Amino acid sequence: MSNPFLSVRDLTVDFHTEDGVVHAVDGLSFDVEKGTTLGIVGESGSGKSVTNLTVLGLHNPETTKISGEIHLDGQELTGASRSTMEKLRGNKVAMIFQDPLTSLSPYHTIGRQISEVYRKHTGASKAEARARAVEMLTRVGIPQPNIRVDDYPHQFSGGMRQRAMIAMALVCDPDLLIADEPTTALDVTVQAQILDLLKELQDQTGTSIIMITHDLGVVASTAHNVLVMYAGRAVERGTVKEVLGEPRHPYTWGLLASMPRLTASVDVPLKPVRGTPPSLINVPSGCPFHPRCDYVNLAGPEVCKGERPELSPHRGHGDACYLTLAQKREIHK
Amino acid sequence: MFRFITRRTLGAVVTLLIIAACTFFLFFAVPADPARLACGKVCPPELLAQARHNLGLDQPLFAQFLAWVGGIFFGRDYEGLGHCSAPCLGYSFVNRAPVLDTILDRMPLTVSLTIGAAAVFLTFGVATGIIAALKQGKALDKIASTASLIGASVQIYFVGTLALYFLVYQNHILQQPKYVPFTENPIAWATGLALPWVVLAIIFTANYTRMTRSTMVEQLTEDYVRTARAKGMSGRSVVMRFALRGTLIPIITIFGVDLGTLIGGAIITEQTFGLQGVGQLSVKAVTYSDLPMLMATVLVAAGAIVVFNIIVDVMYAVIDPRVRLS
Repeated sequence: MSNPFLSVRDLTVDFHTEDGVVHAVDGLSFDVEKGTTLGIVGESGSGKSVTNLTVLGLHNPETTKISGEIHLDGQELTGASRSTMEKLRGNKVAMIFQDPLTSLSPYHTIGRQISEVYRKHTGASKAEARARAVEMLTRVGIPQPNIRVDDYPHQFSGGMRQRAMIAMALVCDPDLLIADEPTTALDVTVQAQILDLLKELQDQTGTSIIMITHDLGVVASTAHNVLVMYAGRAVERGTVKEVLGEPRHPYTWGLLASMPRLTASVDVPLKPVRGTPPSLINVPSGCPFHPRCDYVNLAGPEVCKGERPELSPHRGHGDACYLTLAQKREIHK
Repeated sequence: MFRFITRRTLGAVVTLLIIAACTFFLFFAVPADPARLACGKVCPPELLAQARHNLGLDQPLFAQFLAWVGGIFFGRDYEGLGHCSAPCLGYSFVNRAPVLDTILDRMPLTVSLTIGAAAVFLTFGVATGIIAALKQGKALDKIASTASLIGASVQIYFVGTLALYFLVYQNHILQQPKYVPFTENPIAWATGLALPWVVLAIIFTANYTRMTRSTMVEQLTEDYVRTARAKGMSGRSVVMRFALRGTLIPIITIFGVDLGTLIGGAIITEQTFGLQGVGQLSVKAVTYSDLPMLMATVLVAAGAIVVFNIIVDVMYAVIDPRVRLS
């Protein structure tokens, strides 16, 4: 394997708030290879979105403290200048957000919003950029693109808005697309269409994708690799087959058990992960998941509350838990 | 759009008629007799009756009001003064001059005062509001907040008098405010009104600073502003083209009301600086029970508010494509 396209090492993000320091991301490392999709899964507040806003430099520099390294195509991004980041955003790295209605400007036409990114990064003329916007709308499957290009977002349906958002994100052929819960706000029927579209575009352009989601179904159908996050840390990492097929971390088990299955009987109740996500101001000692974990006694409470477990093994399918591999296999059969 | 404006204009006419009727009948509820004022100190009953007849006050109230409304739309005939063509606002009880001419004579000053002051408080208020929003919690923000609180608290006759004393009489930095028509000498027009503009603007700026700041702070956290940054838009264009757009709606709303109010006459400002505008006219009309003049000044003030409200509503649709005029 060559050098990964995006490489994050020991990323730590702290927010200073009135209530104290929020440890949003704590020592997170992961890689994204060219042309692959990394699914980042976790509950709300697990640090998924913060991590990716940090990659784009969209955090508030006044209140945020960042350490660690972010390498994009060999370029160091932590501490990069504002103009470097501006040149990068929308160009090399693009992002699509959860709610396309609020994420698109209500005051500008779809065409304008797409073409301004293109003009900003390529210096194209107005006419060229408009032609490019129409082309992008065609590619994302908007009917009558040369007419709809002059529409405002409120004239589009939810699914079409997300398509327009994707067109806007891909207009400069980015090498990395960060999709932050891109289907959460959409109808179920539209969700599948959007995911298919992203896959199709990835096949055409070879873009790497980071898919942030709390929906394991989305991960299963789109991602190559998975990173499970809990309380700002990675608790399990591996390929989709590894993580969803042979999950090793109790939190991943919990996520899978809380998901409805078509094959299961209707009488079998869904099992939510008990307890609530931890406060990121006072993160539990040791393994942050231990207060909610059913297997603390198996590994030994002192062990779980003591040292913080690291992802192991270092490469491939790894998880951060003190249970032995044999125990994990025994529990999750 | 056309239908919207037509409907709103018709509505405006009805509104103004109701306001005119209220003013008219209220005037007669006050124990003041314009005929006695016109007649003079020593006034025998027959002269008083004559004066009453001359002013048209011997007619039933409702007939008087109808005649006044008719005058505006069709013109009317006055005994001894001849025909007054539409739009006729009648003749002043005090000096028998045509009210319309007097109003039109005073209007340029009031409009000039309004435009100049509005230009100052709009630009300055919005600019400081944006800066305060971008420098949230920093020294500049606190200075702007404090300054706008002071600006909102002081009174025109206080600031105006101080400014006159120190800038005009003591140090001769500025000249005594006076009105020179713009068409005559634009430079003298600007310098003559500079002081009242600034003083008037001090009072109004505060509102705009605070409104801009709070809306801008809100807008900067909007998802679409974040998207603009995620697209690589520069910090300045994110603020000026995206966040400011949403901030304009509340600003336009108060701006419309303020402009309307000022066209109706900046009474205290005119008084402080000795300027003869519409505001002075309305004060005198009340003092001398000059009904036709009073009706006219009320009509101007109310009309300005109504017109600017329609303009503001049209502006909403221009700024925000989601707004449909219907």
